[in-house]
Amino acid sequence: MSARRVPAEDDRVGRTDRPLWITVDGERVEGIAGQSLAGVMLAAGRLSWRRTASGAPRGVFCGIGACFDCLVTVDGERDVRACQRPALDGAVVRTQERT
Amino acid sequence: MNSVVIVGAGPAGLAAADAALRAGAEVTLLDAAAQPGGQFHRMLPIAYAATHPERVQHGWSAFEGLRRRVLEHPRCAWWSESTVWAIEDGPRVHVLRGLVDGTGRARHVLEPDALVLATGAHDRVLPFPGWQLPGVFSAGAAQALAKGERVAVGERVVVAGSGPFLLPVTAALSEAGSRVLAVLEANSARTVLRGWGSWPRESGSHRRGSWAGESGSGGRGSRAGESGSRGRGSLAGELGGKAGEWGSLWRGSRAGELGGNAWELVGKVGELLGYAVGQARHRVPYRMGRAVIAARGDGRVEEVVVARLRADWSVLPGSERTVAVDAVCVSHGFSPQLELAVAAGCALSDTGFVDVGETQMTTVTGVYAAGEITGIAGARAAAAEGAVAGWCAVGREPSAAELRRVAAGRAFAGRLARAHPIGAGWSGWLRPDTVICRCEETSYAALREAAADPSMMDSRALRLATRAGLGPCQARICGPTVAELTGSRAAHRRPIAQPIRLGELAEPPLQKED
Repeated sequence: MSARRVPAEDDRVGRTDRPLWITVDGERVEGIAGQSLAGVMLAAGRLSWRRTASGAPRGVFCGIGACFDCLVTVDGERDVRACQRPALDGAVVRTQERT
Repeated sequence: MNSVVIVGAGPAGLAAADAALRAGAEVTLLDAAAQPGGQFHRMLPIAYAATHPERVQHGWSAFEGLRRRVLEHPRCAWWSESTVWAIEDGPRVHVLRGLVDGTGRARHVLEPDALVLATGAHDRVLPFPGWQLPGVFSAGAAQALAKGERVAVGERVVVAGSGPFLLPVTAALSEAGSRVLAVLEANSARTVLRGWGSWPRESGSHRRGSWAGESGSGGRGSRAGESGSRGRGSLAGELGGKAGEWGSLWRGSRAGELGGNAWELVGKVGELLGYAVGQARHRVPYRMGRAVIAARGDGRVEEVVVARLRADWSVLPGSERTVAVDAVCVSHGFSPQLELAVAAGCALSDTGFVDVGETQMTTVTGVYAAGEITGIAGARAAAAEGAVAGWCAVGREPSAAELRRVAAGRAFAGRLARAHPIGAGWSGWLRPDTVICRCEETSYAALREAAADPSMMDSRALRLATRAGLGPCQARICGPTVAELTGSRAAHRRPIAQPIRLGELAEPPLQKED
């Protein structure tokens, strides 16, 4: 494991989690309402989801929408920045390859 | 009535909105995020229903007061999830409202009397072998995920690069449960202390003391240093020494004469000492003159190579050692987000920031700039500039006190730049196959070969030949690096500043609201 979400019961900010589900290439991934797609995927143990033209894996790099490394297809829309897009319950995420 | 559009709702943009509203303007405040605050005051999602957001926010109560005052003001229109994708003369501001990178966003064109640009900056990360591996994050990404979503990017993390920003990032990671193995500042203690000390020395009344030591935060080699897990150079020890130096500089200077400068310095020292004390609790070693010079792993980062650096950031041979990590967070400084200012026609200074006068007006009448796009100096300085920009955008005159605060911010920016410069020797970390342009995977060898070709006289030919800077990020990440490695000038011209889909472009813009 690597990235993880602070467990709600340990979180000093006193948050209340509302679970949501997205699918990533058909696999169900759990997150909580308010997270970005990138945050959901990272906290679920996925560190990369895009492949570059050479086949190299990429995930989050800049985290604030500048680098475009984390692009995914969401509900059929290509090239969405996963770090900027809020995760909505039931979102269908497809990973991308750049050709 | 005057109408003012403000792009960016970070510290500068919010302060600008507050001031413009006080001056009687009709304000439209835009930000790409769902909530105001920018990167510094990144808020938790509303859906988290957090009862104690102040526990992960620096200066929460003041921010919360400002946020409410602005957003709830009857003359303020708050446009969240709004992207400015183009600016034309006038200024005519082209906006898309709706889900980030969506297909069904509404197009708007705003034509305000005045425009304030407060678009901020993002981390500058120098390339090194393996920096494209998953698990290598910009420091800003790690902070955004920890503060904004409560996600820690790794369990064993090294934070590396240069500048005071490494400290709050380390604090955020530690707080979220990461074990930060070390914070590596590439500049030597000598460079850092000289840089920070350069301004008070000019005032001619430097005096040594131990301000931090007196306040019990632990001077160099005192208790905090001894208790560091690796025996030397704990963050509190090193920073205690640094803050002690700053504190003494401040005390030794003529505080009355310096006014806002002293206030500025004290605020920053207090903030950084807070982080230092936090780090002492987590026992995070802070090492200067060291860097992550490579990341390695099969499909993701598994270890980093750490080395000692000379003052120019060249590697001290034989000092390399590997450290097992599952994440590394890097920031070598900041790149201002200049494309909107450039699109609006604003001239840039020789140092690569937006040129502004005393009122924060750019070289374009009616267009103002504030915050990191005029110089990297942090949230407090950004807010000082924003306050002047918002006030003057409505035709008012800035007060002497406000101008002093802005001047203090500029002085701070100068010290920051001198204390944390990028050493020219960093390119020695590169290997022929090191990726320079992340989007197009242009290698260092390909870039050097093209740069040596006499037919590649201009940067455009170089870009076309190597594809460096032609990918989706439009050279935001590699631009300054390619410019430095090839001896050209970084371009910030992105006429389409943010992606817009053809379907959205085909739709006519909505008429102005109200």
